[in-house]
Amino acid sequence: MATLEVLGKSLELDADGHLAHLNDWSEDVARILATQEGLAELTPQHWAVIRYMRSVFEKEGDAPSIRRLTKESGVDTKTLYQLFPKGPAKRAAKIAGLPKPKGCI
Amino acid sequence: MRSVLILGGGTAGTIMANKLARVLKHKDWQITLVDKTGDHYYQPGFLFVPFGSYRMRDLIKPRTRFLPESVRYLQSGIDHIDPEKKTVALSNQETLLYDYLIIATGADIHPEQIEGLADAEWGRSKFDFYTPQGAERLGAFLKGWQGGRLVVHVAEMPIKCPVAPLEFLFLADEYFTRRGMRHKVDLQLVTPLPGAFTKPIATAALDKFLARKGISVVPEFNVARVDNQEKKLVAWDETAVPYDLLVSIPTNMGDASITRSGLGDELNFVPTNKETLLAEGLRDVFVIGDATNLPSSKAGSVAHFQSDILLENFLQHAEGRPLPAHFDGHANCFIESGFGKGLLIDFNYKTEPLPGKFPLPGIGPFPLLQESRINHMGKRMFRWVYWNLLLPGWPLPLGAAMPTAGKRMELLQRTV
Ligand SMILES: Cc1cc2nc3c(=O)[nH]c(=O)nc-3n(C[C@H](O)[C@H](O)[C@H](O)COP(=O)(O)OP(=O)(O)OC[C@H]3O[C@@H](n4cnc5c(N)ncnc54)[C@H](O)[C@@H]3O)c2cc1C
Repeated sequence: MATLEVLGKSLELDADGHLAHLNDWSEDVARILATQEGLAELTPQHWAVIRYMRSVFEKEGDAPSIRRLTKESGVDTKTLYQLFPKGPAKRAAKIAGLPKPKGCI
Repeated sequence: MRSVLILGGGTAGTIMANKLARVLKHKDWQITLVDKTGDHYYQPGFLFVPFGSYRMRDLIKPRTRFLPESVRYLQSGIDHIDPEKKTVALSNQETLLYDYLIIATGADIHPEQIEGLADAEWGRSKFDFYTPQGAERLGAFLKGWQGGRLVVHVAEMPIKCPVAPLEFLFLADEYFTRRGMRHKVDLQLVTPLPGAFTKPIATAALDKFLARKGISVVPEFNVARVDNQEKKLVAWDETAVPYDLLVSIPTNMGDASITRSGLGDELNFVPTNKETLLAEGLRDVFVIGDATNLPSSKAGSVAHFQSDILLENFLQHAEGRPLPAHFDGHANCFIESGFGKGLLIDFNYKTEPLPGKFPLPGIGPFPLLQESRINHMGKRMFRWVYWNLLLPGWPLPLGAAMPTAGKRMELLQRTV
């Protein structure tokens, strides 16, 4: 099982490389995950998206889609792709300490 | 007298009407079904129309032919549902009361959701094959096309029948080969997914197929707009893919009546319990087929598997008992791979498509994730099965729960 070392603690990761436990997440963990994803810094807009993702997940058990993100988080699609290049839904979920979005099959 | 109202008489609504009519006592129950049009289309056949192997008129039958006489059929648009009052307002001004409601209004394409897609050039250099008109127009266009870059583009997930774009490419490869002009055509799949399909083992197998047929894939492409002047798709990160002929699978959305009722998610799909098929937060409302927000595939086979679950749960729910049946997300899709061959995949919420054999009593094993002639026969037979077994709600040799017998389940560990 892969782990992530944060401030002397090793946190368990799931098969997709996301945090295995929701409660292991903290702002420090988010910063480390962000660096891994190639984001040098997390701006207030990043944090707004991350917090919104966590709140939806806590209520509903799955991360929101990009459409819903842009509708409810106040960040438009263009900005969202600038904040989290390539796949905002997937990347923001990882940094927010959530499992990979289930999406559709 | 109690009433069940079914909204939509497509695949799922028709199956439910037949199944309910067979088990509910006519003296105790009134079953009503509403649909806006009189024609029932065999949608899986749309795929073949652009290549001339099916004609549209062979894919249409009168809707009422598949409804039992005991079911009251109303032809009208549905305006909105009022789940508090338990009524449905129709566009013909009539209002219907219900004790139990089954939403089966399906999904449709919405090219207007992507900037620049619907306006200029739609039906000239940009086509769809998800609508009868789109498929016919594309067929007429292909006959005279001289070649160039043909891009099949999936705008957003989820879409109906997520393998249809791949099938289109496989069939296009065959079509242009037979016409002696394959060397003049570039075939490309542009998709927001990380590969050809949503799950890793099937994606690896399908990617291999695409490569062998000289079809390239642009994965993780999140379209922002279509540039009609320069004929290119532009992503949010400004990367672009040029095309001469765009075959688009635009955003798929639930029906507008769902939005008017305030019941839909951001794509007008109805939030539905994954296992019981009850609408979340509503009283006495079930949802089935493409209208749900379930993470299962939007496919006729899925609607069929769901109908077994829904029937069982409906009967218990109507007696005030707890719901016994749990949908596992089972889907089963034949994938036409061109030149008279096909693949088959079978999967559910938890188990991704695996190679192996799929047992069909009486017909024999169909190879899974492997090209074979019998899978192609299966696909072509599906039209007959659809009209004669599936819509009437007769048992198919396929149960609601996904079988694991014959599958190479050991492959699953390797991917985790
Ligand atoms: C190109 C293509 C290829 C496909 N290939 C396959 C395949 O190979 N295998 C497979 O299993 N599936 C395939 N499918 C998917 C399959 O056709 C659908 O998943 C299936 O038809 C869904 O059934 P449904 O009852 O949920 O929706 P539908 O069959 O679409 O029915 C919805 C009905 O509701 C009615 N309706 C909607 N809104 C209103 C309103 N406001 N008022 C009145 N009536 C309304 C519509 O008129 C329609 O009749 C394919 C689909 C397409 C487009």
